[in-house]
Amino acid sequence: MSIEEKVIEIIVEQLDVTREECVPEAAFIEDLGADSLDLVELIMAMEENFGIEISDEELQKIRTIQDAINYIKKKKGLAA
Amino acid sequence: MERRVVITGMGTVNPVGNTVEETWAALCAGRSGIGPITQFDPAGLATKIAGEVKGFDPLRHVEKKELRRLDDFIVYALACADMAVQDAGLAIGAGNAERVGTVVGSGIGGLRTIEKEHSVLERSGPRRLSPFTIPAVLPNLAAGQISIRYGAKGPISCPVTACAAGTSAIGMAFRLIKDGYADAMITGGVEAAVSAFGIAGFNAMRALSTRNDEPEKASRPFDRNRDGFVMADGGGILVLEDLAHARRRGARIYAEICGYGCTADAYHMAAPPPGHEGAARSMAMALQSCGMEPAAVGYINAHGTATPLNDVYETQAIKRVFGEHSRRLAVSSTKSMTGHMLGGAGGFEAIVAVKVLHEGVVPPTINLDDPDEGCDLDYVPHRARAMSVEAALSNTFGFGGVNAVLVFRQYRD
Repeated sequence: MSIEEKVIEIIVEQLDVTREECVPEAAFIEDLGADSLDLVELIMAMEENFGIEISDEELQKIRTIQDAINYIKKKKGLAA
Repeated sequence: MERRVVITGMGTVNPVGNTVEETWAALCAGRSGIGPITQFDPAGLATKIAGEVKGFDPLRHVEKKELRRLDDFIVYALACADMAVQDAGLAIGAGNAERVGTVVGSGIGGLRTIEKEHSVLERSGPRRLSPFTIPAVLPNLAAGQISIRYGAKGPISCPVTACAAGTSAIGMAFRLIKDGYADAMITGGVEAAVSAFGIAGFNAMRALSTRNDEPEKASRPFDRNRDGFVMADGGGILVLEDLAHARRRGARIYAEICGYGCTADAYHMAAPPPGHEGAARSMAMALQSCGMEPAAVGYINAHGTATPLNDVYETQAIKRVFGEHSRRLAVSSTKSMTGHMLGGAGGFEAIVAVKVLHEGVVPPTINLDDPDEGCDLDYVPHRARAMSVEAALSNTFGFGGVNAVLVFRQYRD
């Protein structure tokens, strides 16, 4: 499974949204109905799945699904 | 003119039923809801039985995403509130939101969540703790989540008075309506403390029955062979309403709530004093608060936990308040069937008292094969009894020396 696919799978599960809603430019709070606690939980699931650690400062910069994908790829040493 | 307060809606989730109808049928049939613990492995615990909620579908009341983040006591509260508000036919909107409040008690709050997240902390470190841990644990989040769901913006609170919490909540809600702070209140108590931590904690106090091989016979209030209470999950929530408000909207009225008493033993953190004078004063205060003669009371839903001390002392307290009339009273402990829902008990047992008035049937005390010395009231053993009751009491007493009592009577114009 690609990073993109895995990220979307996690979002669908955590935020209880449909795959169709998960377009790359979708923003977690504005478009997917997440609140700040949802976001913390979502990031925790990503940390666990990808074996990475995301600091609170970095978390502030992750607004959309594409942001998350880019960030994880960078962290994993893959080109964004 | 003094405001009167009536009950217009009720909902419950408990070991014998997941609706008021199902529950009432089970209670009148004398059915036990106690069984072996299934939700975790009780190996190593002295007590391996409890009153668990069965066949309950949380997704009928809570979305999947929400469910992961709510402790069971909050899920039960939302389910009870859904049923009660629907039963009352109460619409909460812009016109009345500020006049509808929420007071729901819980003895312990999210104990299962504490247990689960603490093991995450130990095993995986602080960064793995769910951000929903604290809002799932706080006892007042039952009331909080209900108020959010229904947009109820009136008074909100959560008494945490151990096994009296549900009764303290209803007493407070009753006063809030009576004193004009609200026109309707969603109120009661819930608990979900059947967990390794909860059972082990009460076991350490030697408070629980260990009759593991006969779960349905384990809760034996007033019986010579009782050996402690049986822990249970669940509770009950009612809609209380100002009488004029209920009549204006043509609501069905089950009964009137007319009195509340609350006293402290100031004696011991867990044990009642001999004779339980605090309980007697609480019953007397509740009757006095509505100017009711003791002789008008026909039924008491007893605290009746089946601990060695409670049952004898509660009996003495009832005799002290009711004198000669105590021999004509029907007194039953529905905990003989449901087990003890701790903070949920007061919510649930208020519903029982209201149903007794409304249906003219008194549910029994099951397992009362051989009444103990000093337990010589009419506890309605084994079988339900058809009898018209004019007024009923609900007694609940909690650790910390709390004694809370409610008075209900048949509704008349």
